[in-house]
Amino acid sequence: MPPPPFTEGAFPCTECHDPEIPVNKTRRTLEMSHQEIELKHDEEHRWCLDCHSSTNRDKLQLASGEQIDFTESYRLCGQCHGDKYRDWRVGVHGRRSGEWNGHKSYLLCVHCHYSHAPAFKPLKPMPPPVRPSQLAKGGKS
Amino acid sequence: MATLRHFWQFVTGSLRIVTTGNRFYWAWILGLMTLVVIGAITYVDQLRTGLITTNMRDQVSWAFYIGNFTFLVGVAAAAILLVIPAYVYHWKPIKEVVILGELLAIAAIVMCGLFVTVDVGRPDRLWHLIPGLGNLNVPSSLLAWDVVVLNGYLVLNFVIVTYLLFSLYRGRQPAKGVFLPLVLFSIPAAIAIHTVTAFLYNGLPARPFWNASILAPRFIASALCSGPAVLLILMQLLRRFTKFHIDDRAIWKVAELMAYAMFINLFLLGAEVFKDVYSNTEHMVHMRYMFFGIGEHTAIVPYMWLAVFCSFGAFILFLIPKTRRHPVTLNVGCVLIWIGVYLEKGMGLVIPGMTPDTLGEIYEYFPSSSELWIAAGIFAIGFLAFTLMVKVATPIMLGEFHLAGVEPINPHPEEHGAVHAH
Amino acid sequence: MSRTLPNRREFLCTVGGCAAAAAAAGCSDLTHTSWFRSRFREMPEAEKKTIIAELEKEHSARFQQPVTVGVEPPMENVEFGYALDISRCIGCRRCVHACVDENNQSREPQLQWIRVLEMDKEKGIDFAHADAYYDAESVPREGHFYLPVACQQCENPACVKSCPVGATWKEKDGIVVIDYDWCIGCRCCMSACPYGARHFNYAEPSIPTEKLNPKTHYLGNRPRMKGVVEKCTWCIQRTRKGRYPACVEVCPVGARKFGNLLDPESEVRYVLEHKRVFVLKSELNTRPKFFYFYGL
Repeated sequence: MPPPPFTEGAFPCTECHDPEIPVNKTRRTLEMSHQEIELKHDEEHRWCLDCHSSTNRDKLQLASGEQIDFTESYRLCGQCHGDKYRDWRVGVHGRRSGEWNGHKSYLLCVHCHYSHAPAFKPLKPMPPPVRPSQLAKGGKS
Repeated sequence: MATLRHFWQFVTGSLRIVTTGNRFYWAWILGLMTLVVIGAITYVDQLRTGLITTNMRDQVSWAFYIGNFTFLVGVAAAAILLVIPAYVYHWKPIKEVVILGELLAIAAIVMCGLFVTVDVGRPDRLWHLIPGLGNLNVPSSLLAWDVVVLNGYLVLNFVIVTYLLFSLYRGRQPAKGVFLPLVLFSIPAAIAIHTVTAFLYNGLPARPFWNASILAPRFIASALCSGPAVLLILMQLLRRFTKFHIDDRAIWKVAELMAYAMFINLFLLGAEVFKDVYSNTEHMVHMRYMFFGIGEHTAIVPYMWLAVFCSFGAFILFLIPKTRRHPVTLNVGCVLIWIGVYLEKGMGLVIPGMTPDTLGEIYEYFPSSSELWIAAGIFAIGFLAFTLMVKVATPIMLGEFHLAGVEPINPHPEEHGAVHAH
Repeated sequence: MSRTLPNRREFLCTVGGCAAAAAAAGCSDLTHTSWFRSRFREMPEAEKKTIIAELEKEHSARFQQPVTVGVEPPMENVEFGYALDISRCIGCRRCVHACVDENNQSREPQLQWIRVLEMDKEKGIDFAHADAYYDAESVPREGHFYLPVACQQCENPACVKSCPVGATWKEKDGIVVIDYDWCIGCRCCMSACPYGARHFNYAEPSIPTEKLNPKTHYLGNRPRMKGVVEKCTWCIQRTRKGRYPACVEVCPVGARKFGNLLDPESEVRYVLEHKRVFVLKSELNTRPKFFYFYGL
């Protein structure tokens, strides 16, 4: 599994988030930092500290209060998206590469779904096939 | 040894016959030869470049060549089936009908073989079809079956016709015990080649337009129209340009039988159209493409209607005794049948069967000039072969060309080898 | 059967077919022995070795890099299956082009094994309204869904049945393969295939030297010649070595699943057991091993 996709220079978070500074747990619009994050992930009901641990900024936090590493973020996602989590664990949701009968590489949920706005972004499709009527006109080699 | 020497004389004599003729004959031969040369040059280009010189593509991967092949299998089959009425109606010299039919069948099968050869991507590998040497996939592949029956049929006809002509040439009465069983065997064989060819399409559930059980009967019915149409014209030509006497009544009888065959053909077509149109399932799309086109894709529509009108027109002409007996309308009818069946089999069967393709894509196929020239070349080879064979066979049948020193056989001296009905 | 094969080669040699065949084929790619090659399925080991060496030499020279031609046989107790999540496919055609690169498909004239069909959500799966040529700024397009189609590796393949020379057959692991050196190019299989999966080389296929994938398989992605049929082999050169097919690995939405149907732990088995699954044109009884499913 490749490492989680952090923004360049963002991790470890404790570089900025000094554990000594008291945490403001009030839900608010961030003004000093992270303004680029526009939460589009059930934003009516949640904000940063629902997922990020307030006591250890290098960890994520499950609903149970358990703190987990960013490499285990799928457990956090799986709290709400249980069906996807189940499928992902058996390799049916998401991409796998490697060997069908041996070593497989997985991706984390956040490799494909940006955690703060997880809807999959549309892609530009690769070029359509040449129509049969045009096949010979591409010039023969 | 004597037989070999006779055969040598037969060959040299035949050569002499085919190299003598009037200006009309030579114009015809040279015209055909020109087409053969053009076709051959075009084919060499197709071999070098690949089938991309045709307009076939993955969406329509069988087309004009295979359509012509199918049509000609019909001609080959029906030529022999004329033996049946000759036999049933006790036309006395059944031999002549048989010989002409067999010659036509041989020419048609040769053309079939050529059409398949130009259609395959790797003609150099056709030896893979030879059992033992290659790997002929019988019984499961219908094309493998077709290869077997068509080659068998070619050999059968070749043997019969060679035996008959060579016997007559040597002034011997052909032994009925030898040729009659072979001729009788060639009748189911004729039905078999056309049935197997129909099954080649019929056995493809991927193509609903072909996967209809009515296909083989339709093939036979339409063949029974197109094959005799050629022979009728040929009989009249022979009658005009040689001493061949063919009774009008025999020609009328054939025309009458063709009217019945055409009725069955049209009836079966009607049944097919009804089933598709009334049920109006997704499979209707092929029929719609054929007769009305889909969107702007209407390239073959005029040809299909032309085919219907020709076939129907010919049916009317052959049904009415007055018109089927009149030499002009009779021949117009023959030409109409030829056009009708040719368009129906050559284009109307293969192209709509493949359009839209299995994934619903419409690629509008129309033969490329390369395909047309190659096809013309093949037809020219067929006509050439047929002309030369008839040129030799006719004087033999008339007792004009025979082994030196033997008394020619002329079974009906008073009628000059007549083909006549009773 | 194999006993007769050396005789076959000898026979054809003595017939002097060499020159005639070269002339008939009018091909530049015809090496001295390719015309006499036996059918791969019954090729004796010794001939196999010679031919592989010949092929590797020929292709390496042509593409100016070491090219390998594998002959890996099916694995024991493996029957491949494929599953594609049509609720996830966005129609981006990454698979089409990854397949072209992996499997050395001709770039000119273009030949592609995978065809992605755009369909209307309102109409459902309806080939009559499918469009393979959609060209959009971004996909998925509103109101549409996508159905990629390639060889379905049928349990009951109509194409195999129709081939007059047995140039195509189903292997033990379920992959339907083509012997490119045995195919006569009659295209019966293309007429027989209900999925438009088979493609014909209408001209000499061309691959830019630097684009060649040099790791090839005899029955898979080795360079083809004009006049023969080809199709998807589920990346036989990869999957017989345990790897996933290229399309599975490239799919950005992870819609493509591949594995061993006989392994209860495989992804495909999970899909078959837990998802709503269908196959294309099931009424034809071809019994595809390519399953479409709704992951959502």
